[in-house]
Amino acid sequence: MIEGFAGFTALYIFMLAGFTGYEVIARVPVILHTPLMSGSNFVHGIVLVGAMVALGHADTNLEKVIGFIGVILATGNAVGGYFVTERMLEMFKTSKKGEAK
Amino acid sequence: MSINWQTLLVDSVYFLAAILFILGLKKMCSPVTARGGIVWAGVGMILATLVTFLHPHIGSNFGLMGIAIMIGTLPTWWFAKRVAMTDMPQMIAIYNGMGGGAAATIAAVELMRVTTGHALPVTVQTLAVLGAIIGSISFSGSIIAFAKLQGLIKKSFIFPNQQIFNLLILLIVLALGAFVVVQGASVTMIIIISFFVLALVFGILMTLPIGGADMPVVISLFNAMTGLAVAFEGFVLGNAAMIIAGTVVGAAGTLLTQLMAKAMNRSLGNVLFSGFGAAEGQEATGEGVEGSLKPIEAADAAIMMAYAEQVIIIPGYGLAVAQAQHKIWELTKALTERGVRVKFAIHPVAGRMPGHMNVLLAEAGVPYDIISDLDEINEEFEQTDVALVIGANDVVNPIARTDPSSPIYGMPILNADKAKNTIVIKRGRGTGFSGIENYLFYADNTRMLYGDGQKMAAELLQEAKSLG
Repeated sequence: MIEGFAGFTALYIFMLAGFTGYEVIARVPVILHTPLMSGSNFVHGIVLVGAMVALGHADTNLEKVIGFIGVILATGNAVGGYFVTERMLEMFKTSKKGEAK
Repeated sequence: MSINWQTLLVDSVYFLAAILFILGLKKMCSPVTARGGIVWAGVGMILATLVTFLHPHIGSNFGLMGIAIMIGTLPTWWFAKRVAMTDMPQMIAIYNGMGGGAAATIAAVELMRVTTGHALPVTVQTLAVLGAIIGSISFSGSIIAFAKLQGLIKKSFIFPNQQIFNLLILLIVLALGAFVVVQGASVTMIIIISFFVLALVFGILMTLPIGGADMPVVISLFNAMTGLAVAFEGFVLGNAAMIIAGTVVGAAGTLLTQLMAKAMNRSLGNVLFSGFGAAEGQEATGEGVEGSLKPIEAADAAIMMAYAEQVIIIPGYGLAVAQAQHKIWELTKALTERGVRVKFAIHPVAGRMPGHMNVLLAEAGVPYDIISDLDEINEEFEQTDVALVIGANDVVNPIARTDPSSPIYGMPILNADKAKNTIVIKRGRGTGFSGIENYLFYADNTRMLYGDGQKMAAELLQEAKSLG
């Protein structure tokens, strides 16, 4: 797939995704900053698919060891990031259906 | 032209995952839809991970992969489910660091493969090296951030010419990285390994002198850096899902970092290079402060609040440390039943990172629509009878408005001093996290309620209820 991206196509993806990230977050209320940081932390857990590819074509033993560690770390990022974010977001509720008011 | 169904399937699922990530993040920007947002992103992640087993570039090591995923899943899942909400910032730091480390390992494998005949174009190699540096710094730096917030490292390590020394290390890292690219296939393993080791060392050195108070900004910065590292390694592997998700996080994380630094009135450079926030709470002397500290009993404080029209509660990290949020919420309900209007005012840096206090209050059951942030509520203090400050310090210090020589000068603060009465619950007379004397405590209309946050909240609750 490396040959699939000409340099400029990749650059365009990079630029557009950058603007998207900036715009998506632009109007987030402060109350959600921590969960959002945690949520975006989860999203870069996608590094797992890259770590799997790296391990999947590792040849030497050293490469395998490093790739193995990489998959462990990436899984930790994704799994930890998900459950931590979910736990935080689960708690947010309004007083309208709650017991207050 | 024949279609490779395997590649098409993998690419389609990655495409779908990228959409789910962006929509998920979008939904996370409103408290109403936020819960759904993380689930959407989670679905994207599971689909992308599963389809990767069919990835055409994966030829072997499926067994190792399965074991690694198991090892990575179980302990993190266990900890993520159990960690206390107060410890959330360091958990985010450590999970983020793992992502950065993973990006660095991808770079390591790809760069090592170059030496065994799997050549990469110079541009791709450069990106691999850059991603490796950023990911390594994020990895080791996040571990230090974790250790500091967890209280494992209490001191800030500062020595003469530290910044010059750190800069030197960074330059060596960059030089080694450039050497790796230039040498290409003929680079020795020693060079690659020293490159990674020094990049990791730089992450440690860079984070060590930064004080605990500034850690949220640093964690947010590392979050953005990991995103960028993931995007760079995405270029190396030709993986669009990684490029898009990584870049989106990199950009969003940069914006979040800016927002946080702004809320603290610090520039990012200032946070990274000044060593402020390193001072741990010294005993206050009160020198140069006019007025005196005027204590109050819980019973009197409760009466003031019970007969108020409007009370604004300003919680700080001290509230969470004392685990007082549940008692405060009960107190809020008791006051509300008496007809008092109770609101919560949250400073952007209350807690250990922006929004952390909201999470802690949410955990206690406080609905988010009675919680306001600084801009929404600052005008209201003048019409407020009682401002109750609990466990907060610098964020209500009026010196930030008046004294240009103060380190927190210019930081936006909550105008607790403008309320008709202010009650401050505080454990002792020491200064807070930053070691700066708080002029609010000496003001004429301020009363100090000394004691542990939870105990005092309980006493206030009891007294308020006994008023009938």
